[in-house]
Amino acid sequence: MSPTAWGWLVLAFPLAGFLINAFGWRVLRGRAAGWIGTVAVALAFASAIGALVTLLGHTESDRTLTSSLWTYASAAGLDIKLGILVDPLSVFMILVVSGVSMLIHLYSVAYLDSDRGYARYFSYLNFFVFSMLLLVLAGNFVLLIVGWAFVGFASYALISFWYRRNTATKAGMKAFVINVIGDVGLVLATFFIFRDLGTFDYPAVFSAAQEQFQTNQGVLIAICLLLLVAAFAKSAQLPLHTWLPDAMEGPTPVSALIHAATMVTAGVYLIARTHVLFELAPTAADISAFIGLATLIFAATCALAVTDLKRIIAYSTISQIGYMVVGVSIGAYGAGLFHLMTHAFFKALLFMAAGSVIAAMAGTQNIDRMGGLRRALPLTSVLMIIGALALAAFPGTSGFFSKDEILVFAAQRGGMYWIFTIGGYLGALLTGFYAFRIIFRVFWGEPVPEARELEGGHLAHAPPENPLTGEKEDTDVGFPGADHHIAERDWPMGSAMTILGFLALFGGLVQIPGVTNVIETFLAPAFADSIFEDIIPSTGSAYIGLAVGAAVSIVGVAAAYLVYVSRPGTAPALIQRFRPIHAFLVNKWYFDELYDAVVYRPLIATGRFANAVIERVVVQGIVTAAVDLVRGVGVVVRGAQSGFVRAYALLLVGGFAALGLYFLIASQ
Amino acid sequence: MTVTWYVVLSAVLFAIGAGGVLIRRSPLVILLCLELMLNAGNLALVAFSRAHGNAEGQVFALIVMVVAACEVVVGLGLIVAIFRRRLPLNVDELRGLKG
Repeated sequence: MSPTAWGWLVLAFPLAGFLINAFGWRVLRGRAAGWIGTVAVALAFASAIGALVTLLGHTESDRTLTSSLWTYASAAGLDIKLGILVDPLSVFMILVVSGVSMLIHLYSVAYLDSDRGYARYFSYLNFFVFSMLLLVLAGNFVLLIVGWAFVGFASYALISFWYRRNTATKAGMKAFVINVIGDVGLVLATFFIFRDLGTFDYPAVFSAAQEQFQTNQGVLIAICLLLLVAAFAKSAQLPLHTWLPDAMEGPTPVSALIHAATMVTAGVYLIARTHVLFELAPTAADISAFIGLATLIFAATCALAVTDLKRIIAYSTISQIGYMVVGVSIGAYGAGLFHLMTHAFFKALLFMAAGSVIAAMAGTQNIDRMGGLRRALPLTSVLMIIGALALAAFPGTSGFFSKDEILVFAAQRGGMYWIFTIGGYLGALLTGFYAFRIIFRVFWGEPVPEARELEGGHLAHAPPENPLTGEKEDTDVGFPGADHHIAERDWPMGSAMTILGFLALFGGLVQIPGVTNVIETFLAPAFADSIFEDIIPSTGSAYIGLAVGAAVSIVGVAAAYLVYVSRPGTAPALIQRFRPIHAFLVNKWYFDELYDAVVYRPLIATGRFANAVIERVVVQGIVTAAVDLVRGVGVVVRGAQSGFVRAYALLLVGGFAALGLYFLIASQ
Repeated sequence: MTVTWYVVLSAVLFAIGAGGVLIRRSPLVILLCLELMLNAGNLALVAFSRAHGNAEGQVFALIVMVVAACEVVVGLGLIVAIFRRRLPLNVDELRGLKG
């Protein structure tokens, strides 16, 4: 079988799983829906491996393959095929997406076991996987837009999964609206591309762009900036990041899959896919890199102060995607995508562990109310520490190799790109601190009542309530069902987390400077046309970077240990001392309030004005005037309708006679 | 023999019919007068057709007869309906369509 045939199979399995779960929910009993969804994604993963193996059978120059099922639209010079592009980049993406999705499906089988919407959940989740795979396999910009919009919808549906929870439906709407801003950017960019290059297919667009555009030509920068709007909305970069922390209203495995491992990295994939355009428009690429840097530092500072367990990890996701955006924007494609992969591993793991912790805490998400869970949750705590180590880029873990590779590449480009290296290490310091702030707050310290109860062998249950507002709820909504599930007691959860734990710990070994170079070698054909191909940091500088990264990470972790474990009173004292700064960070730099004042309130005011003046006075005035005119004319004309048939006949005959007379006189 | 006589006869018949429609109040008589007007028109059509040696006028006359037949059907139907409802057979009193 050819790689493209495997590619079609990769798409077919999750679609089939989605349809079976969507239409079969009445007859699927117990955990059947969950297993159907998991098996569908596992088959997709197997097909992705098939695509990988067959693609490696091709020679390196021959690893970009296209295939189309049928023509989508063909008219007036427009030729859109329902086609996929299988090259190292898309194969890399489908492997990461389907692999991590498979583990998260497995985890969800147990985690959402007692939820009333079990089959609905898995049909959404399979639909998401299908859409995401379509996004990364699409062979032209039109199909990319289709996948892009589909994942946006899947994200909306899953954030609002507990649809009776008011905060969840609002968060879903927020995510959808901001994602649509990105969709508009993508569609407009595609219009410009078609107008100037006359095609939608990736290979044709990129070769035509290199011929037709000069470096930094105005329209090209416009295209790149519009693509960036799309990428930043999807990847939650400044200033379009506000939806991601709210997206934590969805079930925790959804946060792990969509809002950490896969969908939010679509923007990184988009920049990597269109790298030819960005290399021709270095200004746009630099803007992108600076926004990535600003985002990674901004989000890391927010993660220092927020107290909601899932929201801390969400800000950490925003921050880590900032690293990836910096990477792919400065030309470190291999490193950026390598970080995408390792981040998918350790961030999915952190969310899964967080789900287990929240279950043990009977739905509480506030880390101020947690503590001492280490002995109650042995497996979860070990795996979450592994995840946090990888996130903090602790020496030897996967995040260590991937993050430093980006920063060393930035240093190698030199000049102003040193800013990214310095800023990146600053962010890494904060990362080490906030990653272990979670660990020390949740697992160290005095055990809370829930932890003691669990140590005694009983899992705490509390009346369900909204973790954000504290509102009471029934068991039909909110925290997954009446029964809680933790990794220690349900093997699907424990095994999925253990596999990810291994990947988070050892995933970096495929790319050790001077020893292995698996990812970059594999991705090289997809970026063979890159102008940055010959910028390769020397092994020596790579190790200097790793040493700095190790030092920064250890300092960050040690600072967290100092503040939260060895001197427990330090954190409140610091908060007391820097109260304004703390308030600023807890309120996430007041971005929501800013948008409220700049966008929401003016829009509402405009709406009120339009209703009071334009609708009530102008539009209704015109309508009323028209009605009055017709009625007035009617009153005048009504007099002629006497009802006397003979009078009508006389008018008719008289009229004709008058006409005849007129023509007689006129003809003389 | 010129066409004039026929046209004069047609005009006289038409005037009689029109006068009847205007003066009489019985719907039945009004219907008869309408027929008279239509047939006056027919007479003129046939006369001109003969005078010009062109058959089209006669074809038109046939079409007018068809229309007249339809009109009689509708008109008589209305009259029968009025009669059955015991309404006055007087067009001046049937004023339901007054504006």
